[in-house]
Amino acid sequence: MLSIRNLHASVDGTPILRGIDLEVKAGEVHAIMGPNGSGKSTFANVLAGREQCRVTQGEVHFQGHDLLAMSPEDRARAGVFLAFQYPVEIPGVSNIYFLKAALNAIRKYHGLEELDAMDFISRVKSKVEMVKMDEALIYRAVNEGFSGGEKKRNEILQMMVLEPALAILDETDSGLDIDALKTVADGVNQLRSDDRAFIVVTHYQRLLNYILPDHVHVLSNGRIVKSGGPELALELEERGYVWLNELTAGAA
Amino acid sequence: MMNPAHTVYGDEFRGMEKTLPGSHAPWVRALRAQAMETFMEQGFPDTRIEEWKYTDVRTLARHHFTASPGLTSIDESALPSRLLTGEPAHRLVFVDGHHAPELTPFNTLLNGVTLTSLAFALANRPEELESCLGRNTDLEKPGFNALNTAFMSDGAYIRLAPGVTLEQPVHLLFIATGKTDTVATVRNVIVAGPGSKAQIIESYFSLNDAAYLTNTVTELIAGDGADIEHYKLEQEGESAYHMAGMYVRQHRDSRYTSHNIALGGRLVRNDLHVTLDEPGADCTLNGLYLTRGRQHVDNHTRIDHCKPRASSREWYKGVMDDRSRAVFNGRVVVHKDAQQTDARQSNHNLLLSNEAEVDAQPQLEIYADDVKCSHGCTVGRLDEEALFYLRSRAIDAATARIFLIHAFATDVLQRIRIAPVRRHLEEQLMVRLHGGEIPGLYGNQEGVA
Ligand SMILES: Nc1ncnc2c1ncn2[C@@H]1O[C@H](COP(=O)(O)OP(=O)(O)OP(=O)(O)O)[C@@H](O)[C@H]1O
Ligand SMILES: [Mg+2]
Repeated sequence: MLSIRNLHASVDGTPILRGIDLEVKAGEVHAIMGPNGSGKSTFANVLAGREQCRVTQGEVHFQGHDLLAMSPEDRARAGVFLAFQYPVEIPGVSNIYFLKAALNAIRKYHGLEELDAMDFISRVKSKVEMVKMDEALIYRAVNEGFSGGEKKRNEILQMMVLEPALAILDETDSGLDIDALKTVADGVNQLRSDDRAFIVVTHYQRLLNYILPDHVHVLSNGRIVKSGGPELALELEERGYVWLNELTAGAA
Repeated sequence: MMNPAHTVYGDEFRGMEKTLPGSHAPWVRALRAQAMETFMEQGFPDTRIEEWKYTDVRTLARHHFTASPGLTSIDESALPSRLLTGEPAHRLVFVDGHHAPELTPFNTLLNGVTLTSLAFALANRPEELESCLGRNTDLEKPGFNALNTAFMSDGAYIRLAPGVTLEQPVHLLFIATGKTDTVATVRNVIVAGPGSKAQIIESYFSLNDAAYLTNTVTELIAGDGADIEHYKLEQEGESAYHMAGMYVRQHRDSRYTSHNIALGGRLVRNDLHVTLDEPGADCTLNGLYLTRGRQHVDNHTRIDHCKPRASSREWYKGVMDDRSRAVFNGRVVVHKDAQQTDARQSNHNLLLSNEAEVDAQPQLEIYADDVKCSHGCTVGRLDEEALFYLRSRAIDAATARIFLIHAFATDVLQRIRIAPVRRHLEEQLMVRLHGGEIPGLYGNQEGVA
């Protein structure tokens, strides 16, 4: 589904990603861990198409598309979804209208008719219930004045409504209480299917108790320095990242 | 500073003085003559005058604008629906500055309400106007106001008896047929008796694009406890000049709400001056200016708090695109007697292009000590983070921009209480942003749900 080769990217002229290779197959969940500042969000943002993250080398193919040649909106239409580490507040744009515009843009891309108001609202309401979000929030401006947890739930709500092929969750678990954490995991598990894949960026093994990953990767200094199965996350939890630095030093 | 640019108006005035409305009344003649003299002394304002620092009227001064000699008849059915003509209202229509009675469906006499053309009133009962026409000291100012008083040809005269409430809005529709170098010199006089209540819409449209001039002044006196909501919708043609003054005097516990929307015109100037003359008066000034191309729109507002316990609210927003330029000058003066004043002002500007410009200047002058005053002024650009967020949710870049611009302007439009006017402006905004509407973008939650 997603095939990344030798990906390099810089932000404001500073190289951040320094040669990432990754294969994600449909049906898989990949966890990405790594110390602060290692480039996890940059990686996620490059996949979503943020212009500030300039790709300087490498290739990314997503379901046969040359992903790097696509605009952010076309990526989203083709099925890429990024749950932001820091969801953006958009005063004056109502959450429900935003969601409707997003869903209809995706449907249009796939040659489907726009959902009528009734179908749309019932779909949203059932997902709102699923992510245990206060229904009033869908009528408020996008993320405006939402608490940290509410913002994260809102990201999951969007994911549930838009049903992407590839969802990238950038620390969606950070700052969440244990119930919210389970909600996020439930959301992912519910969408999980043979034709979907997930990249879950997290600092905590805890989330991976609920979302069992197929692969775990450690990103350090802009490179994947170690990959393994779920047991790698446990090892990191125990030993931290310091032992990996030695690996990186060795590799460089 | 005599110069040929304005001496032509002196000659013209002498030629037509006797034919101007109200000329048989000595006080009207004296008022006009005095104004003409003031105008001749100073001519058009230039950018050395502080109040005109950012607005250069030299291109305007190079024209010689003349009033269209009489009424150009236009077919009502040819009027576009965007003129709001279909909405229920007490309507007076003016074409190139002349009242067009055949376009004015309203004929019913309402108890306690005078609603007529100013020219008609000046011709038939000028004595009724002596105490309220041209009595505002602002009108002693040189330049366009003086020119307006000298040449005023027509406009609306509205008088509300004490306690009268108008259920339907009054709609004053000013249509320019769009003939180059013509001027419509409009004067509206509104006298709202104690406890009266009305909504008054002034709208300015053009049927064609040409370099014509609208020089308009509205005077409003709000009696004790009167409640007047005033709309000014300016949608002149792309090459038009629009010079407007709105002068409001508020008595005890009266309320005045202004919605000042500037969309059209090549060079637009709005002077809005509210004098809170007595205790407990309250005003709200809501404004939106959208500029593009090479438009220049200048809003100068001034609020004078003269007596205790008056409050004022001012919310102005602007969106500037292309190489256009806007000016906002919001002056609030709290006089020494005006204790317990509550004055708040905000002005926010959104620049859509690198060539667009805005000069925004709040000016607070406080001479009383027990007051609550605040102001905030910002100039910004579209939020890149928000744009990316929207695009990452499949919304294309152009639509994402429209979302954000609409979101920026929406609170001004939300304050508009007359639903058809609000809808009309939402549509105009969409046309400006998109060349059409985006279904469902505006409308309430139920509309979405
Ligand atoms: N504009 C910029 N100029 C230079 N460096 C930048 C810029 N923006 C981000 N960086 C750097 O890029 C690096 C990677 O940042 P990124 O946000 O991808 O890290 P992360 O792995 O997501 O960290 P965290 O776990 O804290 O979320 C950081 O060292 C950061 O300081
Ligand atoms: Mg991060």
